[in-house]
Amino acid sequence: MAPIFRWGFLGLILTLIYLPILVLVVNSFNASKYGIKWGGFTFKWYEKFWNNDGLMGAALNSLTVSIVAASVATVIGTLAAVALHRYQFKGKALLSSMVFVSMLTPEIVMAISLLIVFMALGIKLGFISLVIGHITFCLPFVIVAVYSRLKGFDMKMLEAARDLGASESNIFWKIILPLALPAVASGWLLSFTLSLDDVIVSAFVTGPGYEILPLKVYSMVRVGVSPEVNAISTILLVVSLVLVVISQLLLREDK
Amino acid sequence: MNEPRALLILNNLSKTFGDNRVLDNFDLTIFDGEFFTLLGPSGCGKTTVLRMIAGLEETDSGNIQLDGQDIAQVPAEKRPVNTVFQSYALFPHMTVFDNVAFGLRMSGVAKEEIAPRVTEALEMVRLGEFAQRKPAQLSGGQQQRVAIARAVVNRPKLLLLDESLSALDYKLRQQMQIELKRLQRKLGITFVYVTHDQEEALSMSDRVVVMDKGKVQQLGTPREIYEQPANLFVAKFIGEINQLNGEIVAVDGNHEYEVKVEGLQWRLHAEHNFKAGDKVNVLLRPEDVRVEYIDDPHPDQYLVGTVIERNYKGKTLDSLIRLPSGIEVIASEFFDEDDPSFDYSLNQKVAIKWVPGWEVVLPHDV
Amino acid sequence: MTSSLGQFRFWAIGLASVWLTLFVFFPNLLVIITSFLTRDPQATVSLPINADSYVRTLDLLYLQVLWDSLRMSLLAMVFCLLIGYPFAMAIVSLPKRWQPVILFLVILPFWTNSLVRTYAIQFILGNQGIINKSLLGLGVIDKPLQLLYTQFAVILGLCYILLPFMVLPLYSALEKLDVRLHHAAKDLGAGPLKRFWYITVPLTSPGIVAGCLMVLLPAMGMFYISDLLGGAKNLLLGNVIKTQFLHTRDWPFGSAFSVILIVLLGFMLWLYFRAARFVNKQGGLNGADF
Repeated sequence: MAPIFRWGFLGLILTLIYLPILVLVVNSFNASKYGIKWGGFTFKWYEKFWNNDGLMGAALNSLTVSIVAASVATVIGTLAAVALHRYQFKGKALLSSMVFVSMLTPEIVMAISLLIVFMALGIKLGFISLVIGHITFCLPFVIVAVYSRLKGFDMKMLEAARDLGASESNIFWKIILPLALPAVASGWLLSFTLSLDDVIVSAFVTGPGYEILPLKVYSMVRVGVSPEVNAISTILLVVSLVLVVISQLLLREDK
Repeated sequence: MNEPRALLILNNLSKTFGDNRVLDNFDLTIFDGEFFTLLGPSGCGKTTVLRMIAGLEETDSGNIQLDGQDIAQVPAEKRPVNTVFQSYALFPHMTVFDNVAFGLRMSGVAKEEIAPRVTEALEMVRLGEFAQRKPAQLSGGQQQRVAIARAVVNRPKLLLLDESLSALDYKLRQQMQIELKRLQRKLGITFVYVTHDQEEALSMSDRVVVMDKGKVQQLGTPREIYEQPANLFVAKFIGEINQLNGEIVAVDGNHEYEVKVEGLQWRLHAEHNFKAGDKVNVLLRPEDVRVEYIDDPHPDQYLVGTVIERNYKGKTLDSLIRLPSGIEVIASEFFDEDDPSFDYSLNQKVAIKWVPGWEVVLPHDV
Repeated sequence: MTSSLGQFRFWAIGLASVWLTLFVFFPNLLVIITSFLTRDPQATVSLPINADSYVRTLDLLYLQVLWDSLRMSLLAMVFCLLIGYPFAMAIVSLPKRWQPVILFLVILPFWTNSLVRTYAIQFILGNQGIINKSLLGLGVIDKPLQLLYTQFAVILGLCYILLPFMVLPLYSALEKLDVRLHHAAKDLGAGPLKRFWYITVPLTSPGIVAGCLMVLLPAMGMFYISDLLGGAKNLLLGNVIKTQFLHTRDWPFGSAFSVILIVLLGFMLWLYFRAARFVNKQGGLNGADF
């Protein structure tokens, strides 16, 4: 393919992908209510969001859930990735397939399956159920991120450590974790954004009293275009973007 | 006896990669039906030449004529030339049969013709029963043979082999060398072979071109290359060589010269034209060097040296002998268990000589 | 020594295994079981085990929704493939140092809020949106086209959100393709089109299946895309499931629909592993097509 067609095609598709986002961001600063004409630059929609207790409360809840879920998922996921990479154990293939399949399962199936199991286990819908749900869909991503990193490890180095008397726990804390830290951190950041942006699973496992931002946005957005939503959306987009960029930079730094 | 027909003519080929002039005004003629080898160290340009012939590399300048036709502009897929790649490059998702049939299918050979031709090719490389296997199920040597079958089944005018045996272990390589030679004779196709292994080149080829830095160093039969190296590079690249420094004292006429070597004057033969005062290199192959006890009577001239290494190699006994000037000479003699004269010890003084005429005298390359 | 080996190992393997078993394996099992139970207003579900729910899915109304949903998702998958494959090929042909950059730019939107991005499409497709305004302005049309709340909008939305999922596995598969196989094919007389058909496509087939899987299945479940862009008429399977679980509270019925999705997932996974075996690769986590 001639270079010019290559870059042209890539450029076209990329532009189309980012166009709606751009329009959205621009409109969040548009004083005109419906975004038809440009009414002047303004921050008032952001102010409205800031002053809206309901929305801010939901935002705070979202942050809490995401931080907790990302952290727990990172811990479990990192350990799992190490186990899958280092150890042979009965059921290893089963575990590996479960991770693989859970990554491919459509979110809606995961959502209702969680709802059913919560009912079966008697777990009330609310903060706890949300966190559990978020941890569950973040887990495979952390595992894949850390596992990929571990694949590039020099196994001889770990054998040398054992030869010198280090226990498995030592090896993990003193060698594996420090070297895999970028991938672990990256896994946390990605889990956090996935959790923050989640709509499908949250719609099913959240409780009546506990509001989170994406769902609140969802109910606002079903009605149609609304300027506060533009502001919130822009904030969400920017936060995600920044976090993802950081996580990628982390991964790249060590290469 | 037919006059050999020129099948491939390469004229003034050049190629530069970045700052690296990989090929420099390279000329070559290859004859129909011969087993021709391009030999040289890595980076000498031999693989580039091969790829240009195949059409996988473009020339910066120069032309390529195959059977009288200029093919430089013809794309690779349309040239009547096939390559056996170093990594075999077998298609992993196809069976051995489909791999071998690929070229035939691409050129639109009639369906009924494909099966018998593929079977014939597989029989020729003795892989008849493996037709339905996939490449991953075959050993390295077997994959190699499939690669060969896949190329020859198309009856190309020229078969190119790019260091095809380098991935095999020693014994297998020896075997494959014999098989390739046999195959070439049977098929009558012109083979162009690329290698850096000079033993391989000498044993298989009808003619060899030795290359270095994109240029032809010498073109000739294996015997010519080995016994009459045209320059120091070729002499050193092919086999082992001893290099003595000399100076022309007088011209005796008819390619005979009086040469001063290691303080003694010798009457030596040289193909080049020299005059008195020229500095020369006197080259000797290790197997041409004679080592004798110093106490024995010596009717002819000899050099004196000290044995500093002895290596028993099974077939031969190799000795490293230091001359008073500091130059070290390797002597390789067939080991005869019963001959007591083979019992040199380290630091023993010995006499070195050679059969007159077996030396090669070249101008002194700086 | 063995006790600490045992202890660390125990927790590392145990935590994840328990979690996945409890919240992935077990729940999916429950979904299948639930689909065979009966709806009960008090206890949500109760015993009489029967296949009633499945029978009811065959109702013409639901069958129509199922069929439309499948069709829209398949179309989205096909468009993603038609755009995604050349896109991935273009990336692979770029100089090495540009590849991660462009890849990152494509994947980046995936990590941001999909709901928000879907909402943003309204600005493009709406009656007051960019497309209509430009076409009106240029005089190509004299009244705004109804682009929003159509099947077209839903399919576009699905493509828009799911394209990165098609590009990633395709890129991964194309990148791993041994270029020497192309040289060999060229040498044997295959031109660019033939090489594409006989070498490139078959050898990237696991990637193709993976990409299709990762678009088709989520597509059927993304109810918010249907809500925002499709209006009341263009429903996806996800909408039906959501309604049954959250509004009608007919869990067995909703589960039956989910099982259909699970079966579809199973089928596509089978295809994936078949394709991986065809090209002699392992597939799965170790095949790392992601």
